[in-house]
Amino acid sequence: MADVKRPLPKLADPDTGPFWEATKKHELRYQTCDACSGIVFFPRSHCTHCLGQKLSWRISKGDGTIYTYSVVRKNYHPYFAKRAPYAVAWIDLDEGFRMMSNIVGVEDPIREIKVGQRVRVEWEDQEELSLPMFRPI
Amino acid sequence: MPRRIRDAAIVGIAEYPKRKAPGVSALQIKADSASRALADAGLSWKDVDAIYDAGEAGVMSGLSISEYFNIKPDVIDTTMVGGSSYEYHAIHAGGAISQGRAKVALLTYGSTAHSNMLAIGAGGMSRGVSPAENMESPWGSTLIANYAMVAHRHMFDYGTTSEQLAEIAVATRAHAMRNPDAVQAMTDLEFMDIRELSIEDVTNSRIIADPLHLLECCMISDGGGAVVIASADVARDTPKDPVWILGGGEATKYPENGGDITVSAGAQSGPTAFGEAGVTPSDIDIAMIYDSFSITVLTILEDLGFCKKGEGGAWVEGGRLRFDNANGPALNTDGGGLSSNHPGMRGIFLLIEATRQLRGESLAQVEGAQLAVAHGNGGSLGSRHSAGTVILGRD
Repeated sequence: MADVKRPLPKLADPDTGPFWEATKKHELRYQTCDACSGIVFFPRSHCTHCLGQKLSWRISKGDGTIYTYSVVRKNYHPYFAKRAPYAVAWIDLDEGFRMMSNIVGVEDPIREIKVGQRVRVEWEDQEELSLPMFRPI
Repeated sequence: MPRRIRDAAIVGIAEYPKRKAPGVSALQIKADSASRALADAGLSWKDVDAIYDAGEAGVMSGLSISEYFNIKPDVIDTTMVGGSSYEYHAIHAGGAISQGRAKVALLTYGSTAHSNMLAIGAGGMSRGVSPAENMESPWGSTLIANYAMVAHRHMFDYGTTSEQLAEIAVATRAHAMRNPDAVQAMTDLEFMDIRELSIEDVTNSRIIADPLHLLECCMISDGGGAVVIASADVARDTPKDPVWILGGGEATKYPENGGDITVSAGAQSGPTAFGEAGVTPSDIDIAMIYDSFSITVLTILEDLGFCKKGEGGAWVEGGRLRFDNANGPALNTDGGGLSSNHPGMRGIFLLIEATRQLRGESLAQVEGAQLAVAHGNGGSLGSRHSAGTVILGRD
């Protein structure tokens, strides 16, 4: 049986597609509102703070903190089943947005990962995009 | 919000007894339950003038379910917010009856999640259909991991322990052991040890997604049920004592930059429901709270105001949630999703068992139970979810 691939986001999504397009250049993007400077994430075409409809893309430095995480021991999906145990987490980026990702670069995710740990983005290149993962620093 | 008058009541209930029902369809489970709930209310199909359906058994169910039952309702509501849909349906039915737009409302649920081998808990959860989900699809987060991330943060912020979370599974299992349908469910679903649990049994079971153990996770069963809600004039003549809808609250919650994952939508729906009912959590005898996982119950107990945020761990210690402990509300006295049934959206069972308790018909009966809360949580606690809180009371 052919190796089952990791499920990937859709580049064609009108809201989040530009975020994923930018990952090809290893850019971790978020948005701010031109009118109120509020941060918008996940990406959208409207401001969720004021009624602004013009948002600008910013590039995050990629440094953040683990807000919370779990080490997945069991997943029926064949790609992830082979990779368990692995860590999923919500990361608070220093610029002020929160995103889900994986914590990588640790030998034993069950023991080495902690809430509040500082992490930095690193990229897993796929054919059409790159995935922003986070490694403890 | 003004106090709600007693103008709409649950007058009929039925729970589908089997948790493993091969060869039976979800629609058949709904119809079987509906006919038994109507019989329980001393009513029939022709009396139903309002239909509530979450669409779990087919698309465009607002059209198809009436035909399947052969009824012609004046009110049709297909609110679908996951497992809390039935609390929303009860609130909406109460409203339609209050407005005089309906007299007899029928809520039904049917699912063959077990027989269809739906890998709900440890399956990939993101369908990737919404922009928000398009940001979450590649990471391999399971439904259990989604809830586990709430638990980890709760532990970090408040020092909550796995032993404290285990109290919830221990209490619901004790209740399940009194319920032959729940015992049969655990037998049919091949549970390993079908007996009352200790804290250690729970914390020694294998971890599925840190920090949640197997015995902190609900089962995946078949099943279903039905609830009949009627106006006060209809309720006067029904065979069983009416169980009044005293208050309701609805809310949603979703991930936000800087948000607090340990606070659920219940923090919004709870005060609305209790305010409308004019009662407080300390008045509540029965807490029917959606136990998809242990952490779901712990956060919702806090959010509904049974104790302060962060104090839930210590509050549930010592068996406070058992039906025979007078120091707190009895939790999920049917055995809950952890030990009785979980066909995917168990909100209807919260209404059914609360009604049993307020009628004096439960198998883990709290003597003289007067007030119950049914709190459904739909979607996923650690990301986007809905809350429906219903306060129920007897005469």
